[in-house]
Amino acid sequence: MHKIFLVIQREYLARVRKKSFIIMTLIGPLLISLTWMLPVLLSMKGKEKKEILVLDDSGYFINQLQNSEELTFRYENIPAEQAKKKMKDKQFDAVLKIPKIDINNPTGIEILSNNTPSVSLVGGIENRIESVIENLRYEQMGLNKEAIQQLSPKVSIATMKLDENKETKSNAWVSFGISYISGFMIYMFIFMYGVQIMRGVMEEKQSRIVEILISSIKPFELMLGKIIGVAAVVFTQFSAWIALSAVLSLFAPILLAQFGIEMPDTSNPAAIQNNEGLEILSALQAFDANTLIIGFLLFFLGGYLMYSALFATVGSAIDHETDAQQFMMPISLPLIISLISLGAVLSDPHGPVAFWMSMIPLTSPVVMVARMAFGVPLWEVTLSFALLCLAFIAATWFAGRVYRIGILMHGSKVSYKTLWKWARMSQ
Amino acid sequence: MIVSASNITKYYGSFRALHDFHVEIPEQSIFGLLGPNGAGKSTFIRILNQIIFSDEGSIHIEGEPLAPKHIARIGYLPEERGLYKKMQVGEQLLFLAQLKGLSKSEASRRIREWLTKFELMPWINKKVEDLSKGMQQKVQFIATVVHQPMLIILDEPFSGFDPVNAELIKDEILQLRSQGATVLFSTHRMESVDEICDHMVMINKSEKVLEGKIDEVKKRFKKNTYQFRFRGECPNDLHIVSEEKAENGYRDLLIKLGEGETVNEFLTRMLPIGDVGGIQEHIPTINSIFIQAVKEDLRITQIQNHHA
Repeated sequence: MHKIFLVIQREYLARVRKKSFIIMTLIGPLLISLTWMLPVLLSMKGKEKKEILVLDDSGYFINQLQNSEELTFRYENIPAEQAKKKMKDKQFDAVLKIPKIDINNPTGIEILSNNTPSVSLVGGIENRIESVIENLRYEQMGLNKEAIQQLSPKVSIATMKLDENKETKSNAWVSFGISYISGFMIYMFIFMYGVQIMRGVMEEKQSRIVEILISSIKPFELMLGKIIGVAAVVFTQFSAWIALSAVLSLFAPILLAQFGIEMPDTSNPAAIQNNEGLEILSALQAFDANTLIIGFLLFFLGGYLMYSALFATVGSAIDHETDAQQFMMPISLPLIISLISLGAVLSDPHGPVAFWMSMIPLTSPVVMVARMAFGVPLWEVTLSFALLCLAFIAATWFAGRVYRIGILMHGSKVSYKTLWKWARMSQ
Repeated sequence: MIVSASNITKYYGSFRALHDFHVEIPEQSIFGLLGPNGAGKSTFIRILNQIIFSDEGSIHIEGEPLAPKHIARIGYLPEERGLYKKMQVGEQLLFLAQLKGLSKSEASRRIREWLTKFELMPWINKKVEDLSKGMQQKVQFIATVVHQPMLIILDEPFSGFDPVNAELIKDEILQLRSQGATVLFSTHRMESVDEICDHMVMINKSEKVLEGKIDEVKKRFKKNTYQFRFRGECPNDLHIVSEEKAENGYRDLLIKLGEGETVNEFLTRMLPIGDVGGIQEHIPTINSIFIQAVKEDLRITQIQNHHA
């Protein structure tokens, strides 16, 4: 046991001291907190005021265009040349020129500005003109606009998730986002650290230090020490991220205040309703983060242990990284498939595809974690995790048997058949 | 006997790496394990290091069956050298020494001693890849002996060492032996055995062909031949194995004396007929012994095959 600990310690320190690790650890929380701050920032989108001079020859629009916080319309009856001059003097941001028009065929409306007006500005003005013309048409046909508006109903479905004893307000899109991000993170970390294991094993084999090592420690212990050592690195990184993110989110309101942005009050439902950014934020806050984090960590651990055993097998079997391709394929394929199918899985998170993919151990780490944001029955999670643990044990057994022979083999081209032969060899 | 191995057989798949191998290694000897590449030397060494296990046979260390606890008492320098390139010298040695069971404080004390001895102290916090090849080899040697093993196994210890380092290592080997260690060293370069080994065993194609004390083996293989420097006509009955011209009209002859003839009798016979420049008994080199032993072994196998 003491020797495994020494290997764990070596692997851990060798990686934690790397510059790349420190940089990743520091940048990670910034990215995470950014995803939290983004909705807030979105809800505070810029409110630049624009003044528009309206030259209306038709007479339909005088004082009819609706002013808003961003747009103010001024109406004057002056020649176009004079208006242009006023605009050049920056008295107005744009000039809206409306000729005499037929309300059944409104053409020839122009907007003049010093620089190309933004799409949202043009769109806003178009909407207002359309609504004025619409009103005119109602009148022309003798219809009452208010009566018509009362006919069209407005329905908004609030999605409520029924938990054991409480109803939580959920947002399908937020679930989707969280699922996708957690699924992707599992994929990314398993891949990233799995390849690190493979490289580590291969380097020991290439540099031939492995022969010295296994004259002091059993190959299986060496492999296990390496896998656990790297796992410790991952968890250090996670913990650092969670801690740093927590600190950052404590300071987020202060930080935002620095930029003149107030942290919105999500406890006020009325305020939430009219603001998309706030709605996302409140849904995020309502999320059962603890369950998700625990699930994430458990399935990451299981998936990581299983995959890294397989990656270690590959590392032990090959002499050069260029030979890795053929053996990497069958390992990375299930991971990639589970990532690609996330879209399909999440569009029906409780359907058969989602169910089976979250049971098969090779795909379950990514898929189950992604599904968990939608609420998965406990028995499914437990079964899936149990299967994952079994697969981990099987993978480690196989890896251990191939590893102890592979690390001593040099120069021979290895095929799947040889791997199987090694696995069955006694010693 | 510090190591006694009997009946060791090892197959890799259908390839026979070692067959019915017996060897007894006496304590405080410098024991040469000789044989051409692929003879089975490394296989035996790996079995002794418990890296692989034999299919048949048993090994005893000081009378006890080979067990994991012996790992701490064996130092191993593999043929293919290697260290963690990106790890610091001091940390690396500390890691390897602790793997061999030393406590941290004891390990760092001894590492400092050895690094000082090899003038490597200024490099203790440098990465291995920043060291020269020669320095790396010294570090590797320290890793082999830092835990004061009673059995030091060196696989081709001089390959890759420059002459200066090879000399240094040779001195260290002799010193460690005088402190009580036994050294087993394997090589295909026979001449290095002549220099420092006192015992040896020869393997060829997975089987033992010869073993014993170096002196005794050499005695067994010397064939009453002499290097003889002479100027003059040789009698017709003199058995000359080979001859070369030397300076001043002398010839260097390799001669074989007749059955029962002593050197004195021979010289008495030769002195009147020419000038004797010198005579010395011809002692075969380990290399020629090996070639001869392998040839004889081959002939025996061929005869056996012929009869079979």
